[in-house]
Parts: sequence; C-alpha cells; structure tokens
Amino acid sequence: MSAVTLLQPSPDQVHLVFQGDFLMDEERPTVEALTAQFSSAMKGLHCAGETLGDWDSTLLTFLMGMQDWCSAHDISFDPSGMPEGVQRLLSLAHAIPERPGTRREHKKLHFLERTGLATENILTESVSMLAFVGETSRSFGRFLRGKARFRKADLWTHMEDCGPGSLGIITVISLLVGAILAFVGAVQLTMFGAEVFVANLVGLGMVMEMGALMTGIILAGRTGAAFAAQLGSMQVNEEIDALTTMGIPPVDNLVLPRMLALVLLSPLLIIYANTLGMIGGALVGVLYLDIPFPVFFTRTFEYVSPWLMAQGLIKGSTFGLLVAFSGCLRGMQCGRSASEVGNAATRAVVTSLLLIVIADAIWTFIFIFMG
Amino acid sequence: MTTLPSTPPPVLRVENLEMRYGSTLIQKDLNFEISKGDIFIIMGGSGCGKSTLLKHLIGLVEPAAGHVFYGETDFWAAEGSERDTLMQNIGILYQQGALWSSLTLAENVAVPLKEYTHLNAKDIRDLCAFKLQLVGLAGFDDYYPSEISGGMRKRAALARAIALDPAFLFFDEPSAGLDPVSAKLLDDLILELRDTLGATIAVVTHELASIYAIGSNSVFLDPVSKTMIAQGNPTQMREESTDPRVIEFLTRGNTHTEG
Repeated sequence: MSAVTLLQPSPDQVHLVFQGDFLMDEERPTVEALTAQFSSAMKGLHCAGETLGDWDSTLLTFLMGMQDWCSAHDISFDPSGMPEGVQRLLSLAHAIPERPGTRREHKKLHFLERTGLATENILTESVSMLAFVGETSRSFGRFLRGKARFRKADLWTHMEDCGPGSLGIITVISLLVGAILAFVGAVQLTMFGAEVFVANLVGLGMVMEMGALMTGIILAGRTGAAFAAQLGSMQVNEEIDALTTMGIPPVDNLVLPRMLALVLLSPLLIIYANTLGMIGGALVGVLYLDIPFPVFFTRTFEYVSPWLMAQGLIKGSTFGLLVAFSGCLRGMQCGRSASEVGNAATRAVVTSLLLIVIADAIWTFIFIFMG
Repeated sequence: MTTLPSTPPPVLRVENLEMRYGSTLIQKDLNFEISKGDIFIIMGGSGCGKSTLLKHLIGLVEPAAGHVFYGETDFWAAEGSERDTLMQNIGILYQQGALWSSLTLAENVAVPLKEYTHLNAKDIRDLCAFKLQLVGLAGFDDYYPSEISGGMRKRAALARAIALDPAFLFFDEPSAGLDPVSAKLLDDLILELRDTLGATIAVVTHELASIYAIGSNSVFLDPVSKTMIAQGNPTQMREESTDPRVIEFLTRGNTHTEG
C-alpha cells in the first residue's frame, strides 16, 4: 500500500511525501487526484522520498506525469528528495528529447479522403501489375530466343511439385465434383424420367467448366500460395537483391520456371481431373440411378467434341498462367518482414481466384460467340 | 575536407547524389570519391541512410538525382553489355548473407561463375572449393546455408562475392550479429582481400573497432541535416574534426560517462 501526503511548509511550496511501497500491483494515487488538491498560489513542488519503500516503473510514470503537469503550470519540480535510482531514471528518460515530427498522429480520415487514398492505391496497384506483365513478357521473349537464364533443375522441381504433388487432392475433389454434378442433375432429370441424360450433364459439365475451374482453384491454394511464400522469403532474405546485383534478372531466374511449370502442367492436370470427374459421375449413375455402364459411357461422350475439350484446356492453361502470375507477383512485391510473407501468400490466393473467375467469364463469352 | 589531387585516380565517384523513398528525403548533396585500393567506410548513426547509399552504389535503388561513376562510366546511364561488365566487377556481401537457400554453398559460389565464364564443370568445382577455403570453410561445399552458423554463412556469402575476383567489393554491416572474435577475423579477411585481390572496398558499418582497423577513407552521414558532414580518413577525422556530432560518434560520446 502506498500513500502520498501533501505538506505545505510555506504558501507557495508543496511537498509530496511518499510512504510505503509504490508498485504496479498495488493501489496507487493518481496524478490528477493530487494536482486537484494543489493551491493555485504554489510555485514549487518538492518530492520527499525518505519514507518510500519499494518502487518500480509506475513511480517513474507518476513522477513524469507530475513533472509534465508542473512544467505546464510553470511550477518548479524538484525530485532531489527521491532515491538516487529514481532521479537517474528520470534524467535518463529526458536525456534524449523527442525529435519533432517523430510521433505518429492517429487522426481519423474523412470518408472522402479514404476513398481518394483507396482509388490512388488501385491505380498504383494496376500500374505495378502492368509493369510485372511487361517484365514477364520480356522475359518470355528472352526465353523464346533462348536467352533466358534459369536452371533446368528448377523447372523440373516446380513441375514435380505442382504436377504429381497435387494429384492426390485433384483426385479427391474431381471425383466428388463429378458425383455432385450427377446427383444434382439426377434430382431434376428423374422428374422427367430422363435420368440417362445425367451422363451428358457430367461429361459436358466437367469438360467445359468444372475440370478447369477446380484445377485452377486447387493450384491457386496449393501452388500459387507456395510461390508467393517462396519468393517473399527470398525477398526478406535479400536473395533477390543478390540475384539482381549479380546481373541475373530475377524474373528470368525465378518467375519464368514457375510460370512455365504451371502452364505446361495444367492441361495435363485438367485431363486428369476431367477423367476422374466422369468416373465420379459414372459411380453415381451406375450405382444410384441404375444406368448400365456402357450406356453411361457412350452418353457421356455424346456431345463432348474435341473442340469442347480444347476449350477446357485453353481455359485451364490460362488459369495456370494466372495462378503462377499472381503467386510470383505477390511474392516479388513482398516487403521485408515475416508478416509480409504471410500477406503475400494470402494476396496471391485472392488475386488468383479473382483473375481465374474473370478469365473464365471472358473465355466463356468468347467461346459462345465463336459458336 | 581537403580536395588535393590524390595520386591514384578515383575509381568510384559520387556526384550530387540525392536519395529518396517516395517523397521522403533520405540524403542529399552527397559528393565523394573512392580511390583504387581504398577501404571506404560509410558511417553514421542508425537510420541515416548508410545501407540506402550502398543500394544506390550497387544498382538496387535508382538515385532521385545525381550520378554514380565507376571510372568514367555513369552507372545509372549504362545499359546492356556495358552494365553487365560493370556488375561482374562488383561483389556484394549482404547484411544477412543472402545466400540462395535452395543451393549448397558450392552451388551458391558457382552461380556467378556459370553466369559469366565458360569454365567447365571441374574448373568451376575447383574454384568454388578454393574460394570456400579462402574464407575458412574448406569442406563445407555441400552444406546448405541453413545447416551452418550465422558467422559461417557470412563468410560463405563472402566467398560468393569474390567468386569473379571483382574489382569492387561492398559490405553491408559485415560485423552485424557476429561475436567480437568473428568480427575481427572478418576484418582481417577484408584487409587480406584488398591486398591480394587489389580490390577497392566500401563498407557500411558503425562498429568503431572495424572503422579504425580497416578504414582508409570514409564519409559520415548525418540523419538530421540529411547530408554528409565529414569525409576522410577516420582516424584523422577523430583527431581533427571540429563537428561535435562527428566527434561524439567517433569517440563513442566519451565526453559523457558510458558503461
């Protein structure tokens, strides 16, 4: 328990007498409560610590509060009665004065100001995205002319990681998506006794849309995020600077192999996903709707033309490209701290998904107009 | 700040350099010259822009104004093969080492060799082993950067920096995070490399022991006035400077009591 009593030896002098311990887990008097009792005539404040017990930093914040109040009211503050340690800490805290302009102001921005800043952000963001598109295109140009410099081993590692490495999850998801398509179709089609068309639905659904889309989403979550995290931590570790200063364009060395890996492998993954989706649909058709397998099989491919398959593959390759693009973009933009790497991974996934859906819509329109 | 015509001509010259991050001014009006064989110290208190200056010298950040000349070549105006040749002549030891974590030490050292030379695999292997030996890492060729200590990583990064026997070596806080003995060893290595490779060296540091041990010329950056306030040999600077900010830095503020 700590107590601070006021003594007034002369009309313009106040003594603060400290008694007992002044510690953070005990009850302490506040600066406001004490200053309220000061008379307006006072000119000086003396702190008397002869009877002070244990103390910690809360005593210092209390004294500094007193000191600030005194200097604001033009009253002299005299801590000379306090223990030596307290006095030294006080002078240490004031040894290096605050540099003007250091403190950050937490002012609330007006709605219009925030809108303006957000718009500005979108603009700079678009510019840096376009710049990255330009850089990667130039890098791809160098690759076509055989001048891009990256390790073939890197390309293989990335291909291995996003190809065979993601087969497991693609298997599970495609089987289930095929089965879901079949179930959803069956609910409606059985009402007309047309359950056999479930096979057509699954075939068209997988080949035109779901195979490519699901593969894109899986790649975004699995590979895109990994790309962003890899490049981001290289950015934190100055490894990308080291490439630049060695005269090796980081885009050639890091981005190109990743993009190539995804663009080359995503069509294969999509063919695999389509096949598995059809198997999933067939399982539902044969086991649940009692459609004989040969019938289901021929029906599935009835309307699946090579052109439709090509559409799915074109879409899918675009998705692969966009996933690699977003992952690498966010990784290269990464700041220099651990939390920035996490942000980069998150933003990579969000950007990939957004771009995938936009690209999907664009391709769908194009294919419709082409007939 | 005497500007006598020094005997060896400057190999690196900075003219009216101004550095900014966005609209924030970091430093302005920087003018200095580095002669061949110098160990040039870039010093100043924390946050004054030492590392930023280094990034301007090695091509990572473009100056807001002013020029960096290597010999007679304006670094930021150079393009294509001219720039490539310049870059090959620059070796950099980054603050954290910045070894490529997916490559072994030997592979790290081999990257610049593969990039810029037509040596065969055996020659490259031998050269890598030799550079690692030079920095005291004989036998660590096949270790990954994550498998060795911080001090070793720095020395491995140095081996990579000197892979092409560069004419310029840049060090960003070489002794940061090292114990005094390792830091001393690294200083000795820097001197040794200057004498044997004939390299010109620029070091960003605030370690007084290193500054006096290796520095032959220097520039002092001040974070408040945002420009250089002194240049010259650090030992001489300590004796002759009249600027209280420089004296305080170079004497560890020994006018005050210090633990």
